[in-house]
Amino acid sequence: MTFINYASREINCKIVYYGPGLCGKTTNLQYIFDSTAPQARGKLISLATETDRTLFFDFMPLELGTVRGFKTRFHLYTVPGQVFYDASRKLILKGVDGVVFVADSQEERMDANIESLYNLEENLQSQGYDLLKIPYVLQLNKRDLGNIIPVEDLAAELQRKGEPVVEAVASSGQGVFDTLKAVAKQVLTELRKG
Amino acid sequence: MPDQPILLREQQYHQIKAVLARLRMDAQAKVVFLVDKDGQEIASQGEVGNLDTTSLASLAAGNVAATGGMAELIGEKEFPTLSHEGEKESIHISVVGRLLLVVVFDERSSLGLVKLRSKQISHQLAAMFEEIAAGDYDDLDSPFAGITDEDIDSLFS
Repeated sequence: MTFINYASREINCKIVYYGPGLCGKTTNLQYIFDSTAPQARGKLISLATETDRTLFFDFMPLELGTVRGFKTRFHLYTVPGQVFYDASRKLILKGVDGVVFVADSQEERMDANIESLYNLEENLQSQGYDLLKIPYVLQLNKRDLGNIIPVEDLAAELQRKGEPVVEAVASSGQGVFDTLKAVAKQVLTELRKG
Repeated sequence: MPDQPILLREQQYHQIKAVLARLRMDAQAKVVFLVDKDGQEIASQGEVGNLDTTSLASLAAGNVAATGGMAELIGEKEFPTLSHEGEKESIHISVVGRLLLVVVFDERSSLGLVKLRSKQISHQLAAMFEEIAAGDYDDLDSPFAGITDEDIDSLFS
């Protein structure tokens, strides 16, 4: 949910990275954190298990710059991907302004992608949102691996509404900022509509 | 349905800051801040210094959301207050409608005093936010109304 403060001239928006376990949601945030100037971002908070699996969420505030005199800040969140953390995923979607679905391009993860996408649609609905109406980007991650599904096949299965599809290798940063830009642009365009 | 965006006028922001300043004084707290349930910090007062209030706001909201989820599972609507007491620093969180009132305090104050003062001021904050939510904002120029694709692109250059 967007928060516009006319006194401090700030706009805050919330973007959530969604997807199956180990698809690279946290890696997206980690790359953004590592490649952004410290003055433009806050801490990267990771509520993770001892084995570095996301337990509740990762969070990172990012200031993109000024538009028409207003500081534009995006709060980036990831959800825990593992199936049994569904209650946590629902909570994190509250107040979301834009969603990135990070799909794992590997053949053996296709079922997990589909299950997670259905789960996203359901959980958005339970919070009163419609996937077809909110700013949304599909990221096809892990394009550097050997056993991956062609982009056309993944898009045919996972694309929902003609949303931007970004090929990525989050670990090396490929496509990470393109994804963020694509979703941020939609969020700001929604704000333009009022 | 999702909550509507919060639009805060300058005057409203300063009113909120004034209420928080009074709470901070009455509760002898270090920092007082107001956060929405989605984790956005709305205003803060006190010895903020190096305190990362943005992260604290997000974690406070996560904390309330998680305990709220637990409440539902055992048949409660929500847990309206949460307290975390440390050796020196403590945090008290109260749920005020769609807002969270977060008070950080140390040994100069006590949990009882913070609870009492937070409760006393909650009604006032709730009333202020009802007014904010019901307000007519047609006169406010959206900073994004005239935004161009180039403006958006420039954020990423």
